[in-house]
Amino acid sequence: MRLKFDEQLDRLNNLLIEMGWLVEQAIADANKALVEKDVDLAKKVIELDDEVDSREKELDSLCLRLIMQQQPVASDLRFISAILKIITNLERIGDHASDISEITISLAGKQYIKKLEHIPQMADAAIKMVTESIGAFVKKDLDLAREVIASDKFVDNLFETVKNDLILLIKEKADNGDQAIDLMMVAKYFEKIADHATNVAEWVVFSITGTHKDIKIM
Amino acid sequence: MKNYAALAKLCYSFKLQILCFAKIYKGWIIKILNVKISIKNLNFYYNDKQAIHDLNLDIPANEVTSVIGPSDSGITTLLRSLNRLCDLNREARAEGDILLDGKSIFGKEVNVTELRRRVGMVFDVPAPLPISIFDNIAYGPRLNGKKNRKELAGIVEQSLSMAALWDEVKDRLNKPAMSLSGGQQQRLCVARVLALMPEVILLDRPCSGLDPISTAKIEESLIKLKERFTIVIAPHNVQQAGRISDRVAFMLMGDLIEEGTNASVFSSPKDRRTNDYITGRFG
Repeated sequence: MRLKFDEQLDRLNNLLIEMGWLVEQAIADANKALVEKDVDLAKKVIELDDEVDSREKELDSLCLRLIMQQQPVASDLRFISAILKIITNLERIGDHASDISEITISLAGKQYIKKLEHIPQMADAAIKMVTESIGAFVKKDLDLAREVIASDKFVDNLFETVKNDLILLIKEKADNGDQAIDLMMVAKYFEKIADHATNVAEWVVFSITGTHKDIKIM
Repeated sequence: MKNYAALAKLCYSFKLQILCFAKIYKGWIIKILNVKISIKNLNFYYNDKQAIHDLNLDIPANEVTSVIGPSDSGITTLLRSLNRLCDLNREARAEGDILLDGKSIFGKEVNVTELRRRVGMVFDVPAPLPISIFDNIAYGPRLNGKKNRKELAGIVEQSLSMAALWDEVKDRLNKPAMSLSGGQQQRLCVARVLALMPEVILLDRPCSGLDPISTAKIEESLIKLKERFTIVIAPHNVQQAGRISDRVAFMLMGDLIEEGTNASVFSSPKDRRTNDYITGRFG
């Protein structure tokens, strides 16, 4: 009797998976472009952000239409409202990937002041977090969502390491300052990406339990 | 040995304290909920067919309680049990008890007509009498011995105002009630119940055939009426229960599956069957 509604919910799910895949691609390419100093790839990441934005609007519109037409309650309402929150976070991740690529373009042709070691680790961890948080949503896997939330600490620690390394480089040579700040920004963007993936996982927990950050909101 | 004896004594004393606390706590809960109707172990049969299975439910005063569920779940039977309308069916038989203000409605001393005045009912199809609007409302009070025209006029105005119909009909009270629209006729039926000064109003899918505007007017009047009356409604759809209820009870095939506040049932129902029903997966 709710065949059409179920079809619309499936469509929401598929669009979310596609948006998650686009965002993972954006993070991976932003990292690759940075490490390999690939300006063309960095430009593609910036272009990809428009695609992510349009997916967000499409999902936004579909969610609001479903709320209007189907007046969902209980698990359906949690599912749709969680998607509305999740896509906002995915859109921000797309923005940060684009921000990283802008820095990559500005650093083009320059020798890096340090070997990029921890920043790619941050990128890998962030990609894993996004993949797993979307996976947890699709599979309604509470344990996996909680694992994602716990793994944010790992990225935070890597950020501290990168920050300390850059401070040392500035102390060693004042000329390193300009690039150190750029790399610091890149590290901060990856750290923020992990924060947004954590937010996604927290909304996954909400969609399953009605509880967000230990507060029962539905 | 002495130590064991002392320990046993201590445990016994502790147990007594817990029992005492539980009693106080129970009383406190009942007071907080201000229970108007208490249904205890209700089993209801039509000949051999059981329509309600061992149902326990407290209905708080001055709140709107919605009873939802698919058809043939025993909801109409439950509503009709609350003022013993089911007695009119010779095949019907109830076991268990229903307390109104703490007193059984099945007691020998209970005057059933008076019970039905205290617990009035509005049905799914509006059934105005083929007389004027005024006489429809005054019919019940007249049967109760009220003859004074001025007093009756006061009751008619008050009842129609509470049912949010006064402004629409005040200039044509002598016109036939059958000339009203469907939504107005249903509000007239609500007013007719109100004219008898009931304590509880039962509504069995009162908006099932009405347009959204008429439905909204009845819902608005119910929300106001709960300040003075206890309302039990079988809504015609789940969304209506969500809009107007303070508490929601979900019944399935004669069993009470879940009962709780509107927010708890409509956001995170405890039972999977409740979730599946309110999200439209069956029913």
